[in-house]
Amino acid sequence: MSLITPLLRAPLSAKFGLLVIVAYIVVALFAPLLAPYGETQVVGEGFAPWSPEFLLGTDNLGRDMFSRLLYGARNTLGIAFLTTSLAFLLGGLCGLVAAIKGGWIDQGLSRVVDLLMAIPQLIFALLILSVVGTTATSLVLVIALLDATRVFRLSRAVAMNVVVQDFVEAARLRGEGLWWLVTREVLPNAAAPLIAEFGLRFCFVFLFISALSFLGLGIQPPTADWGSMVRDNAVLITFGDLSPLLPALAVALITVSVNFVVDWVLHLSSGLKEC
Amino acid sequence: MSNDTLLEIRDLRIEGHYENAWHPLIKGIDLTLKCGEVLGLIGESGAGKSTLGLASMGYVRDGCRITGGSVCFDGIQLLESSAETLRKLRGLRIAYVAQSAAASFNPAHRLIDQHVETAVTNGGIDRAKAEAEAVELYRILRLPDPEHIGQRYPHQLSGGQLQRVMTAMAMACHPDLIIFDEPTTALDVTTQIEVLAAIRDAVKTFGSAALYISHDLAVVAQMADRIMVLRHGSLVEEAQTRTMLSAPQQQYTQSLWAVRNFHTSAKACPTHEKPLLEVRNADARYGHQPVLHDVSLKLYRGQTLAVIGESGSGKSTTARLISGLLQPTSGQVLYDGEALPADYRQRSKEQLRRIQMIYQIPDTALNPRQRIVDIIGRPLNFYLGLKGKALRERVAELLRMIDLEPAKYMDRLPRELSGGQKQRICIARALAAEPQLIICDEVTSALDQLVAEGVLKLLDRIQRELGVAYLFITHDVATVRAIADEVLVMQRGRVVDHGSREAIFQPPYRDYTGLLFSCEPEMDPDWLDRLLATRNPTSPLATV
Repeated sequence: MSLITPLLRAPLSAKFGLLVIVAYIVVALFAPLLAPYGETQVVGEGFAPWSPEFLLGTDNLGRDMFSRLLYGARNTLGIAFLTTSLAFLLGGLCGLVAAIKGGWIDQGLSRVVDLLMAIPQLIFALLILSVVGTTATSLVLVIALLDATRVFRLSRAVAMNVVVQDFVEAARLRGEGLWWLVTREVLPNAAAPLIAEFGLRFCFVFLFISALSFLGLGIQPPTADWGSMVRDNAVLITFGDLSPLLPALAVALITVSVNFVVDWVLHLSSGLKEC
Repeated sequence: MSNDTLLEIRDLRIEGHYENAWHPLIKGIDLTLKCGEVLGLIGESGAGKSTLGLASMGYVRDGCRITGGSVCFDGIQLLESSAETLRKLRGLRIAYVAQSAAASFNPAHRLIDQHVETAVTNGGIDRAKAEAEAVELYRILRLPDPEHIGQRYPHQLSGGQLQRVMTAMAMACHPDLIIFDEPTTALDVTTQIEVLAAIRDAVKTFGSAALYISHDLAVVAQMADRIMVLRHGSLVEEAQTRTMLSAPQQQYTQSLWAVRNFHTSAKACPTHEKPLLEVRNADARYGHQPVLHDVSLKLYRGQTLAVIGESGSGKSTTARLISGLLQPTSGQVLYDGEALPADYRQRSKEQLRRIQMIYQIPDTALNPRQRIVDIIGRPLNFYLGLKGKALRERVAELLRMIDLEPAKYMDRLPRELSGGQKQRICIARALAAEPQLIICDEVTSALDQLVAEGVLKLLDRIQRELGVAYLFITHDVATVRAIADEVLVMQRGRVVDHGSREAIFQPPYRDYTGLLFSCEPEMDPDWLDRLLATRNPTSPLATV
């Protein structure tokens, strides 16, 4: 099946979403080439207004807002993507194994997940991060672990519907090992909802990191990050300057775009007729 | 005579939307139904029976559209009527009985509440009166405890009882037309008799006209005054029931009739040999619920052992026991004289290879994301270590063996095949492992009669060529008669009768075997009358 045909038939919202995502990825990859100034380079006065020299003005320390916005895409998106991938690797795999194996393995994993989910996510993250320190690595690991619980729930539920089918039983009776069952029999049939969930989860992780950064426990200065950029320059809003809202707008735009695309993917995989 | 015409369909055309295009489902069908007449609609799946049945209520399923023709019910043009008019007709003057009553009732409401709903809201009948009538209907349909059965919830009744309650519900407003869409297909043969008899009595009592849709000729022969045979959305043949049965005109109709005459020639049972498979005094339970009691069986090389029984008799459980999916609480499974480990996970690759399974529903037995070459190739690679070109060649060989052209089918996905073709792929996958025993769990019951016959013939040919043994699980007497060498009859987890095909089908029958055989519908419009006449009407079948 060619990928082009469904893409051309995609609704306008999905096309828009894809375009925005591609644009973000390009910006993230080529930020050093696109940005007029360095990420942490102090180039002028603090809180300079928009001008041909500084497209979006400067921030509280006199760094170019536009450049930091571009670098922010790289940092925030990159860390969110890494975290989501890790969460899926861990949660998805455990979920599939739990569904296939059943019994005490399923019980054990599910109860651990219940335990983790019983604690409010933000509080839990704040707690651990203030203990282990807010390095990028610990940030990624902690959020990945927390989000893996949600992924586990979904992948287990989806896989449960697959493992009861006869072809899985046939594979078991053939004597296939766990790895074959996971990768060849169950995963291909559970992929569609998981891919959609990846998009949504990515948004949640993204918003979560931004929230943590805003609270000061996320990505640490001087690294450019959309969450902390809002916090650092929030005071400008009182003067009627919209610049501090731009990073927030960037977050909102990617969130909406990803959701558009996910909606479309879900619609495609549900097999419903075009409407 | 034209003024007693109740339903008149003229040149009806319906299209369905799938694979991104509109395809014709009904290609211009004419149908006339007189008051009080029962018309049987026969055809294989996809023939358009149900679509036509629903269209006679002026209804089409989602994804379908009516592109031409007219449906006239008692002078009302249904296709041009407003939703309001249709709503008033449905339930009051036209009623519908679905295939699976269990899936059609709302599990959260008592049966009586669902029964009287249409009568009270649409028919303006007093609730107390409607309930009294319901009880009377339950009595006519021979439901146990008619006064109180309505107070129960759907899950508290058996499938056959629910089907009768649904029929009663359809008759609640004394409709002029009832559409029965395969009302007994999901039922056991013994239950089917009761429902058939009840439906027929009720239709006669109220003088309703009926459209009776079924794929089972013998059943329709009992119910209908007149039969229409449909195929691919077109009419093949139409005649009075007796004429149709005795002298079908079209070749397609004749082939449908001939399906029941397929028999394999019997093979001598080599009892002096060591049995290939033996189950000794096995007991098993699900949780605390015992499901098998002292089950023993023997199966010899190259033979077919048919296990027959109603649902819940323990047939499939026996198969699970042999395949190692369920562990017996006592007793053992011997293969070629050696005890097999009870759990399939403890069996060696070689032990697993020798016993293969074919499942009832081919759609779920094939991984929808794997191509045919991968599905059949996996056991070749897994057990026999074939790779690359040798593997593709062997897959091609197996495809030729099941009469599918390799070049055409090798790289397809399961969804690009028909039901019969999928079942053939399942057979090829089982054969790929070069087994000595294949467990066939109801392999033909999800297939149309003609297709099922083809699959049975294929299995027979393979047995002759390769000498594999079959453990053939089925609820269908005709299938057993067609292919079994040995027969095992099960009831409520026990073996109640066993012997060679000749011995089992030779009267006198043992009690339960006789009951089972007598319930198999025959191609004779008087069969049901005869059967009911020979039985004592006061003894309910369920207690036999």
